[in-house]
Parts: sequence; C-alpha cells; structure tokens
Amino acid sequence: MSSPKELLVAAAEKAQEKVRKLKESSSPVIYIGCATCGLAAGALETIAGFEEALKTNGVEAEIRKVGCLGHCYAEPLVIIQNPGFPPLLYQKIGAGEAGILVRSFLKDGSDPCYEYLIGALEADENFPTLMDYPRYLYESRVVMEHCGLIDPNDIDHYLAVGGYHSLADGLEKGSAWVLDEVKAANLRGRGGAGFPAGLKWEIARGIEKSSKLVICNGDEGDPGAYMDRTLLESNPHQVLEGLALAALAVGAERALLYIRAEYPLAVTIMESAIIQAQEKNLLGGNILGSEFSLEVSVFQGSGAFVCGEETALIESLAGNRGMPQPRPPYPAVAGLHGLPTVINNVKTLSTVPSIIRNGHQWFRSIGTADSPGTAIFSVVGEVEYPGLVEVPMGVTLEHLVVDVCGGIKDGKELKAVQIGGPSGGCLPTSLMGTVIDFDSLKKVGAMMGSGGLVVMNEDTCMVEVARYFTDFTQGESCGKCTFCRIGTRHLRDILHSITVGEGTMEELDDLEELCHAIIKGSLCSLGKTAPNPVLTTLRFFRDEYVAHIEEKRCPAKMCRPLIAFYIDLEPCARGCDACVACCPTDAIFTTSNRKKAIDQEKCVKCGECVYACPPEYDAVRRVSPPHMIPDQGVKPLTEKDEKES
Amino acid sequence: MLDKLLAALNETERAAIDDEEYNILRSVVELLPTFAKEVSQLIPILQGIQRKHGYLPRLSLDMVAAHVETSIGKVYGIATFYNQFRFNPPGRNPIKVCLGTACHVKGGEIILENFERRLQIKEGETSDDREYSLERVACIGCCALAPAVVVGEKVEAYVTPSKVEGIITEIEVHREMAARELEKNEAANE
Repeated sequence: MSSPKELLVAAAEKAQEKVRKLKESSSPVIYIGCATCGLAAGALETIAGFEEALKTNGVEAEIRKVGCLGHCYAEPLVIIQNPGFPPLLYQKIGAGEAGILVRSFLKDGSDPCYEYLIGALEADENFPTLMDYPRYLYESRVVMEHCGLIDPNDIDHYLAVGGYHSLADGLEKGSAWVLDEVKAANLRGRGGAGFPAGLKWEIARGIEKSSKLVICNGDEGDPGAYMDRTLLESNPHQVLEGLALAALAVGAERALLYIRAEYPLAVTIMESAIIQAQEKNLLGGNILGSEFSLEVSVFQGSGAFVCGEETALIESLAGNRGMPQPRPPYPAVAGLHGLPTVINNVKTLSTVPSIIRNGHQWFRSIGTADSPGTAIFSVVGEVEYPGLVEVPMGVTLEHLVVDVCGGIKDGKELKAVQIGGPSGGCLPTSLMGTVIDFDSLKKVGAMMGSGGLVVMNEDTCMVEVARYFTDFTQGESCGKCTFCRIGTRHLRDILHSITVGEGTMEELDDLEELCHAIIKGSLCSLGKTAPNPVLTTLRFFRDEYVAHIEEKRCPAKMCRPLIAFYIDLEPCARGCDACVACCPTDAIFTTSNRKKAIDQEKCVKCGECVYACPPEYDAVRRVSPPHMIPDQGVKPLTEKDEKES
Repeated sequence: MLDKLLAALNETERAAIDDEEYNILRSVVELLPTFAKEVSQLIPILQGIQRKHGYLPRLSLDMVAAHVETSIGKVYGIATFYNQFRFNPPGRNPIKVCLGTACHVKGGEIILENFERRLQIKEGETSDDREYSLERVACIGCCALAPAVVVGEKVEAYVTPSKVEGIITEIEVHREMAARELEKNEAANE
C-alpha cells in the first residue's frame, strides 16, 4: 500500500506532464484573466475578439481562462505564450487589441506589440521583465503567488505547482505536527482581529467531542475589500488545502465554505473545485489512503455584514438571524449545534499550505516579530495603480501607497488613507509612516480589518466619509444592542446634518460622547468599531467639521448642499455645446454672448459638466459655500440677440 | 397547503394575487419537498425560491413556515434581516448601483440619482412595466473600476451620468430591435 505522499507524487507527476504539454505547446496559448474584476473590465469581449481574430487569420491557438493577478488598473489582462518568446503579459486588451495581437504577433510572429506590453514573466534579454516594475518588485507574493497564472477550473494546474503536497506531508507527519507548525509560525487571523489561528485550533482540538467542524469564512462584507473573492476565484484549491489542513489539525470531519451569495462566480468555482478534489481523493473519505476523511460543502451567505462575526455566522448557519452571541463559550469550544467550531478567514487558510510547505521559520522570516507573514490589501481610490497588493507585514503606509501603488493620480495631493473599512479609521498624511501590522494600526485608531484601503485626495470630504461609513454600519447593525442600534442612528443623523450645513458646534462634543458610549455598550466588534471612522476624522480632520458648521463650507467641495457650480465666462468658448449635451437636467443655457451658464435652480450638482468641458477651456468652476458664485452679469440668449448677430 | 392558505385570505388579498404570482406559488409547492424540514434549511430554501423566481411572494413565506414547522414571524424575520432577499419582482433589466467605499468616493450616489431620475423610480422599486428595477448594493468587489453598476449580469465600469443615459438607451435600442424582429417574423409567418 502506498503512502499519501507517494499517491500524491504520482498524481502530481501526471498533472505536471499535462501542464508541461500546455506550456511547451507548439501553438500559442492565450491566458485571459476572467475573475469578476476581469469580467467587469470586459474580459468576455476580449475572448470573443481573440476567437474571431484567430478564425479569420487562420491561426491555431488555445484560449485559457485564468483568475486575477490583482492588477485591476490594467484589466483586461492577457498573457500570451507564443513559441519562441517568453510568456508576455499585456494590459488593457479589448476586442480590438486582441485582433491586432493575433495579426501582428501570432500570425506574422514578428511584432510582439510593445505598445500593450507590460513585460515578460520570465527573464529575457529582449523584453522588460515584470521585476523591472516597482509594483512587482516590492510585492512579496505568498498567498497570491499563483493567482492569475493558473487555471482555477483545473485541479491539475494547482497540483503541477506543488499543490496538495502540504496536505500529504500533514497526513504523513500527523495532525499534531501540523498544529505545531502553524502555532510556531504565529499565523494570526487575517479576518481583522489577528487572533492566532494555531491557538484557536488547539482549543478545538482539546475538546473531547466526536464531531467537530471547520468553517472557511468567505463572507467578505466590507465595502471596499475583495481579496477573499479573488482568492476563491483564482486559486480555489489553495483554500481547500488550507481548510483540509485545519480540519486535520483540529480533528474535524466536516468543513463548510461560507461564501457570500453576491459572489456567484466564487461559489461556482469552489463547488467545481470540491468535486475535482474529491475525484482525486484529496477530499472525501480516507484522503490519500489515510484514516482522515473530510466532507466539504458550500453554504451561501445571504448578505449581512455582521455575519463576519463568528457567533453571528454560526447563528445564520443554524437558520437564525445573524445576531452575535456573548462569548464564552467560544465557537472553538461550542459553536454550531454545540460542536467545537473553528472559523478561519479565506486568507488565513490560504496561507496555511505555504507554512506547512516551507516551515514555520521561513514564515517568521517574513513580516515582523509579532505579525509574521504578508498582508493583502485592496488598494483603491485615487491611486495610480489600484488593485490587490500583497506586501510583507511591517512596511509603512507610505511605502504601500507611494512606492508600490504609484502614488496619487493626476498629480493631486494625498489627504488621507482609510484603512480597515467601516471598522477602521482615516489616517492623515502625518501618519503615513505608520507601520502596517495588527498592533501598530490599532494604536493610531485604525485596524487591519479585512484589508480594504481607500486612498483619498484633496477632493474627498472627511465628514462625508465618516457619514458614509456610519450609514453603512447603521444599516448593518443587527439590532441586538441598544447603543449600536440607536446610537449609530444618532451618529449618522448628526453627521448628516453637518454635511448639509445644519450642524452645531455642540454636536461635535455629542458625537464624541456617543462614540465612546457605543464602544462600551456593544457586544460584538461591529458596534465596538463602528465609531472608529468618526473618532479618527474628528481627531485628525476637526477643522473640516468646523468649516462645515461655522462657514457652511465643505473644504473638499464634495458635500453637495454646500457647493455650487458655475461657468467662468472668460475661458468658456463661444458656440461650444459640450456641457449642454451632458447635463442630465438641462440646467445649462446659452448666454446673450453665446457662452454657457448654469441655471442654479435646475442644477443637481452632479459635476458631469466639469468632465465634459474640453480641457483646453476648463471653464466649469466649483465653489463652496454656494453663495460664492461671482456675478458675471449672465443673461440668457434672446431672439433679439440672435437677430442682431 | 396552498389552497388552505389562499382560503384564509380576505377578498382583497386574494384579488391581489395575479396569475403569475399564483403560478410561482404553485411551483414553490413543488420545490419545498426537496428541502429537509429543518429550521437550519430556512436560508437555503428562501435562496432557492428567489433564485428561481427573482423574489419572495408574500404567501411563499407562509408556505416555508408551514414546511419547516415554525412561525411565520421567524421566516419573515430571516427574510427581512438579510440583504439578499427581496419582496417585489425584479425588472427584466435589474440595475444594481454599487455604493461601496470606492464607488461612493467616486460619486456612486450621483449615479444612483441619475438612474432614479432617468427611470422615474426610486431605489428599491421596480418600474410599472417591469422593465427596470433599481437597487443599491454595498460593494460588488470591483473597486478599482469605480463607480460600478451591474446591469443584468453585466458589470459597467467607470460610470458617469452620461453613461447612465447610454446604458438605458442601449437597453431600449435592443428592446426595439427585438420587437421589430418579432414583428418581421410574425409577418413572414403570415
């Protein structure tokens, strides 16, 4: 009888053979990023474009759908493997570019279309390689190593890059060894709180119950974070392997993937991945001929932010409203139906296989002493290269935003970084030296959270941002604790009144008092962290609150009741109609000297005319408060004017 | 079960149930036995009904309650707690405006307003002709493409007020084309 390792090596060899054939294929292979973000950017049109171009040009090539590389700014991304060339990565490939690539590169084989090229995936003397770019150089990909490079719908692609070897090792060396490795690695929960995963496992392992449960928490509800989805969609087997290792260490025979129903593609991919793993005996009964069995199923979450909280998630699995319960008992002791239940985030579980593969010392060599490993952030907002970024813990915010993600777009000024979503805080430029790890961020009033990071420039109003997050948590409060249920509502109402110019200075003190009361009076971390955006903005951007209240002025010119648009007649070009055509409410009229002006009664302040106005004129102005519009003596064009001219 | 529930309604309530809704309820009768009679199945059952029919008709909640032998209040509590469930039929072109953090910062609110103005319905409503429904969602995970809108299955990236106009016009052009095609085919058949 063969050992688990031998069985796996046999399967892996077959997979490697299959992937080698694809890599060494004599005809070109086109890999297209088809995760949700790629699809949003038009990957399906790109595929159609390639298919048509291949047909009309009579070129033989294979098209493979892969996951997401995390470079959202460059979607749709395409990797072309053309014999005689290194694999080349292209950006922003629509149907038209696809046609050009097929004609000039695949058919004639001469022109690799440098204009769309990012670089080669392997070192090559004729092409820039990805490592020549700061984004690739500074990133350190552990969890996302294979995302976007392997086919998530084919288990062999994962096996060929060393997949499931950690599970086989775990089966050979025993569950205690797996637990010890993860404990020694000090892997902290990536869901936000940073509780050591190994400890959680150990607690559940120590409970004498015949049936235990491991749950992968993929209920990513933070508006602005999408790395869990990307991991599920791009490398599903890595999640499953981590889940199996957790179950092995804990002694569970059943595992659940709790995925948001809003992520239909992730659900489909995971369901297919489970079936494929079962066929290869990597999940299911007697895995790789061992004593260990694991049944995995998918549960679709119904969309409630609070279900990111362990006890609330368990309630929703039991068929109740997702309301958090007091702890103890901790779920690891008594969770779903009273069974010991270990709940880990997608990122946490995705990290496990690499720890088992490379050892805990390797893992501790990345990141900081107290927060080893890497952190994945979805950096979005006003940054040059938004997307998913994996960096070692311990780098500064400044490094992440400026060096890795290319700094602020359009030469504007960085104003703040919102980190950790609705439970996090807004940090000003003076704190950009803050180190990214679980503890340093908490110290300045923010938190890791799920890794959402929104970069804001001078045009973002901090009061409005605080109002937005409070509005979100208010809507997502489950209603159990009074302070969270009613307190967040009052917070939101006060913030709203400030953004429309009806706030008072006393209310600022009320805000602060209320925030502290909500923190004290809430059971779960939704309530306990809900005031963070308000407290941090009050602390770092108090002058903006004061401007809204005392001058009725929004310094960022974002709060619509406090701003107005007008057209500067000086640069406005006679006879140009660009703004008129775009105005959704027909608020723009022609003046007596055939320039344009805005009817303030009709204007809804959408700002569309700012973008429509050709840059060579750039005549639309935004002012706050609204009465700052200068009197330019505007008169509408009359029939008399028309006759006279 | 359905007949009993219908009999318990008063005149106006019964009259409010049109053929379409009645047929949905009939198919729910067939769907229910495929689920175990357990409270823990509540969410999967409701998801199952909504997946098939796009929404949860009022009476279907009563039927689910009867199936898992719990109170209607419990089922209603679940259905209203989770954001996923809706109680009115979606439009043929469901429009979901993302208001996640990145989309909000980039003016998602304005996009929602433009849809409301253009379609003459409020967020959460369906137009009278059932052509459009409008919803706000908290993050579809396309933050780098903000502001984003999902129309049907398709994600529209970098939406601006004039693109709102374009999206609706495109839908209307397609509808018009389909109608003409149908007319042509009918004429040809005659």
